Amino acid sequence: MIRFTIRRLVSGVILLFVISSVAFLLLNLGAGNVGRRILGPQGTADTVALKNEQLGLNEPVLTRYFEWLRGAVTGDFGASWFTNQPVDQAISSRLAVTLAIVIGATLVSGFLATVLGVWAARRRGWADKLVQVIAVLGFAIPGFLIAIFLVNVFALNLHWFKPTGYVQMGTSFTGWLSSVTLPIAALSIGAIAAIVQQVRGSVIDALRQDWVRTLRSRGLSENRIVFKHVLRNAGGPALSVLAVQFIGLLGGAVIVEQIFAIPGLGQISVSATAQGDLPLVMGLVLVMGAIVVIVNLLIDLIQGFLNPKARVS
Amino acid sequence: MTESALNLSPDPASEQRAVGSHLARRMLRNATGLASMIVLGLIVLAAILAPLLTQTDPALADVRSILQPSSAAHPLGTDSAGRDVLARLLHGTRYSIAGALLGTTVAAMIGVIGGLLAGYYQKGFESVSSWLVSAIMALPGIVVLLAARAVLGPSLWMAMAVFGVLLAPAFYRLTYTAVVNVRHELFVDAARVSGVGDLSIIGRHILSVVRAPIIIQFAFVMGIAIAIQAGLDFLGLGDQSVPTWGNMLNDAFARMYKSPVLIVWPSLAVALTSTALALFANALRDELERSGKTKKRRRLAGAAAAAPVLAGEEAVVHAELGEDTRADLLTVDSLVVGYDQPDGILKQVVNGVSLRVKRGEVHGLIGESGSGKTQTAWSILRLLPDGGRIVAGTVNFDGKDLAHLSDKEMQKVRGRRISYIPQEPMSNLDPSFTVGSQLAEPMRLALGISAAEAKKRALELLARVGIPNPERTYAAYPHEVSGGMAQRVLIAGAVSCEPDLVIADEPTTALDVTVQAEILDLLRGLQKELGVSILIVTHNFGVVADLCDRVSVMRSGLIVETGPARSIFADPRHPYTQDLFAAILEDGAARGQLDHSADRHTATQGVTP
Repeated sequence: MIRFTIRRLVSGVILLFVISSVAFLLLNLGAGNVGRRILGPQGTADTVALKNEQLGLNEPVLTRYFEWLRGAVTGDFGASWFTNQPVDQAISSRLAVTLAIVIGATLVSGFLATVLGVWAARRRGWADKLVQVIAVLGFAIPGFLIAIFLVNVFALNLHWFKPTGYVQMGTSFTGWLSSVTLPIAALSIGAIAAIVQQVRGSVIDALRQDWVRTLRSRGLSENRIVFKHVLRNAGGPALSVLAVQFIGLLGGAVIVEQIFAIPGLGQISVSATAQGDLPLVMGLVLVMGAIVVIVNLLIDLIQGFLNPKARVS
Repeated sequence: MTESALNLSPDPASEQRAVGSHLARRMLRNATGLASMIVLGLIVLAAILAPLLTQTDPALADVRSILQPSSAAHPLGTDSAGRDVLARLLHGTRYSIAGALLGTTVAAMIGVIGGLLAGYYQKGFESVSSWLVSAIMALPGIVVLLAARAVLGPSLWMAMAVFGVLLAPAFYRLTYTAVVNVRHELFVDAARVSGVGDLSIIGRHILSVVRAPIIIQFAFVMGIAIAIQAGLDFLGLGDQSVPTWGNMLNDAFARMYKSPVLIVWPSLAVALTSTALALFANALRDELERSGKTKKRRRLAGAAAAAPVLAGEEAVVHAELGEDTRADLLTVDSLVVGYDQPDGILKQVVNGVSLRVKRGEVHGLIGESGSGKTQTAWSILRLLPDGGRIVAGTVNFDGKDLAHLSDKEMQKVRGRRISYIPQEPMSNLDPSFTVGSQLAEPMRLALGISAAEAKKRALELLARVGIPNPERTYAAYPHEVSGGMAQRVLIAGAVSCEPDLVIADEPTTALDVTVQAEILDLLRGLQKELGVSILIVTHNFGVVADLCDRVSVMRSGLIVETGPARSIFADPRHPYTQDLFAAILEDGAARGQLDHSADRHTATQGVTP
């Protein structure tokens, strides 16, 4: 298990290396005159040249890449070209905000999708049809439209929540909860739609297995069979979908943060890429990639726990 | 050789083509399918006819008439720059649809070609492309799109092309799996042997198999493309010079307080289009799945019609041998079991079975497969699969009619009073829990004993059923034990809560011949020791001769002959029973035993390391 984890981490690091190299080269292809963009029309030709010199932009791309890589390996990701804020500071203060929303949405959608999926699989009939319709609509309607709808109804008309803004968890827990409720709801609906289909399908499959009949023949209650035995067997495929959804939610957060004016990774992703702030974009690519690698590793470890046959030795 | 292979395996490509035309017709009859196609058709029509439907230039700004309500000149009003909303909506349809089409086409081209090559040639292609796929999947799409925008500039077409690359894995995986499945089919081999070129095989035989799934995927991905494109524009990261739904959303969202109705139109357009695409894909998938099912059902119906139903025929009853003072434990009377079909018809599988099992007796229920013996066994336990139910008759067990017991009361009967040994040991243990926990759990619940006590008893039971190392098997998972071991575990489970009746459904059929004998010995020993009654379902007269006091012979859902085993063996009176005996004499052994000794030699005894 430890060897498996190490192997996966190493391959994750290689993946990050490849992604960051490609990203760095691509970003440089389209960089243009960076000094001019930073200083704007007011900058004189001299100051622009000086700025480019300061940023090391006159060096060849490969030299600059190895420079960046040497820094990144030692934990120095440079500073934003536009704000001069160190990249690790700029990201870490916002990472927590985005992770809170994305993890919150993952937990909410995982839980609700399980409840709905099990319900549909056991009841079949109209309950099943209803869940299917919800799933198709939730899948089809883009998350940001749902977010706009939620803002309109619950913030602007009913005044249950503030339409925008974010309260730190440390400042006020209830304030935080109220500020993340609508964003999490907006993100969860699409994820629920994707996961509920999988939960429903695997629960129906598992309920048809021979061993379910045998467990029933032993006098176990239906609830015990469904929630202990069937769900554990159906959990694997559902968890894979949850992992894919987590990555999707990370992307969805970019838009939702914009709508609710939440100071998370999404906001700086948009501004940094729009400006072409290379050090910041590289930092974001690395962080997102690392999150994806870690989530996939965690999911594989949980899969092993759920399914003894897939257990890694 | 080649010719026989060609003749033996019908080419699914031609079958698929036939299915294709049926599918189009059925989609028109499917309400969701038809509705979604009409909506999509109207949207495409609006896109094509946009310049005819409105004469206003969608880009014409007019500062004197910003945020106007609906009027004759502007049916849907104007936006914050005084541009006509209707014109922007209609022209936006062109750009949104064309952009989504471009992205999806790129994704489909890359994914399908990559999947075909990787699936067909495997090896080199496979490892390279699967690594690329996981690299692409590892990144949140929108971040890549943002980065691409930084490099390539804000172009709708560029963004959608990049998006197409990102979504290519959706098509790649689908095609790859389908190709790997088809690749080793006989008809592909046959085509290859008869000199058909690779390209032609891929085009003719393989592409036609994956065509329908690709259409479904295309609709799904296009829905996502519309959403992503609108999302990018909505963020203000798209090309602001073209009228798209996303740009309209961007403008409307900024003026949501002043003019809330503005956001309705582009929202509706995006939601309607992506919902129609998803519903279309869903309907197509449903119809595709249904076409597979109807074929199967037709085949089943044919089989059922071939077997004559002998309702009303009286069973041959042999006289009891001497005085039997044992009381009746189970009396099944005129049991009818049926399955509700989707078309409302009830398919009867048991047509009025009557059966008596005395206390401490081993009763054999014998018949060929499809005679309804397993259905009878399951209805006594009330464990019929979905759709199955007891239509008529009573199941009297120790003074209670099980057929009319509530689910809760029935649950108390199962395990404690009547238990069950299944036919296929390997599929009847929950693969996710250890053997021991599955043995201990029912004891803890049924007998109300502690976990430690349950474990102690489980270990004793494992030893009693002849498992050499109970501790190790207790901790093992089902996939770590052999079939023979698993059946011993299931037998231990069946007797663990001290039931009065054990129903064993072909308990030896799935096992090796040598193991079969051991399992029968074990059952005989346990029966003597515990005095439990056993109803054993089998098609094997050897098992009956070995174990049973009395026998009921079953055919087409009815008992045709019943009585003491010795009388029936000495003097089979019903023609069907006589046929069964004749069949054994011809084959030299009961049916089933031969087959299984031939192909089950892989099963080994003991815990595999």
